[in-house]
Amino acid sequence: MADCLKDKVGSVLLPGDIFSFESKEEKVICGPGLRRNGDEILVCKSGILRHKQPNMYWIDSQQKRYVPAKGESVIGIVTVKSGDVFKVDVGGSELASLSYLAFEGATKRNRPNVQVGDLVYAQFLIANKDMEPELVCMDSCGRANGMGVFGTGGLLFRVSLGLVRRLLAPQSELVKELDRAFPFEMVVGLNGRVWVKAQSTQHMLILASLLETCENMTAPQRQALFRKVAHSAP
Amino acid sequence: MANDNATKLSKNLLRMKFMQRGLDADVKKQLEEEEKRIISDEHWYLDLPELKAKENFIIEERSFVPCEDLVYGRMSFRGFNPEVEKLMALMNKNQADQEEEEEVEDISRMETDVTDEEMARRYESLVGSMKKKFAKKRERSNIEDEDVNQSTTVTKVKKVFLKPQD
Repeated sequence: MADCLKDKVGSVLLPGDIFSFESKEEKVICGPGLRRNGDEILVCKSGILRHKQPNMYWIDSQQKRYVPAKGESVIGIVTVKSGDVFKVDVGGSELASLSYLAFEGATKRNRPNVQVGDLVYAQFLIANKDMEPELVCMDSCGRANGMGVFGTGGLLFRVSLGLVRRLLAPQSELVKELDRAFPFEMVVGLNGRVWVKAQSTQHMLILASLLETCENMTAPQRQALFRKVAHSAP
Repeated sequence: MANDNATKLSKNLLRMKFMQRGLDADVKKQLEEEEKRIISDEHWYLDLPELKAKENFIIEERSFVPCEDLVYGRMSFRGFNPEVEKLMALMNKNQADQEEEEEVEDISRMETDVTDEEMARRYESLVGSMKKKFAKKRERSNIEDEDVNQSTTVTKVKKVFLKPQD
């Protein structure tokens, strides 16, 4: 069944390409960029087809617009405080709602201390195209696991979604090189927002510009740049 | 006379719970059938072909996280925020575990290099000891005796006290 998909792994696909199957002996998981239409798979983003064992296929594409997806962890900015929900800007088409009860240890009496303008690291509980997305700041066991309000004295900036994925990839070269530079803390949201905090404002600005320039650089170029930074940084 | 009276009781009365005890089997069955008929008459349904749930062979996944095995989004380097480093270790442990499991599998595959002959030799010696383990006490002493008879009859020497020489 998946032979026609397998043949195309690594090649560029365009929106509108169709894969149809006659025999159905195995299941196929189609990730972002692929859409199911009856018994066919439609390509809906332009990019390179990727494959993961045993049967996962997705399109590796570059984009800046974030589309909420269930389970993804993002950085949101609290914009409205209305009654029992906060409206959080996550960079999607619509503000996401975040219940005040969806924090670790929060009860009706014990409200979390969240102000308008705060940054929250949260994950999507509901995210589909027809409904308002909903965020929570705890996992299914009720633990925060680092989610919740954060970000005093750091710097928030935007990068492309592709760079975010490169930062979060396991054994990422980019992160290893950053690690060598100087001590700092980073929060990476899958919606393209990155928050950094280091010892001085100068360091934070260096990190921000480093990440922004890394976007379109080859590995040797990047290594040269990082070496230069490591020498100049006190 | 009394019999006639009993037959005259109305059906609705007979259906009542406290009347059920005195009823005989035939009447009971008749009443039940009637009840069933009433229920099935009142039950209406749409005359539609049965909906068949088709099994889906294509599953959609909207997120990159399971595709690319993305790691936890909070990071701290060189001890800048120890709490976050602890969290990182915790949250990224699952993935590390998976990798370890794969490694373990590799090792087990390598350990199958023990040849069949080696295994046979080992089990050969095991047979006796396992037999001993499952035998009852009396049998066990017999087995031991046999062993002793087989191997050490000649070399069996009664231990006696040897007087030390001056």
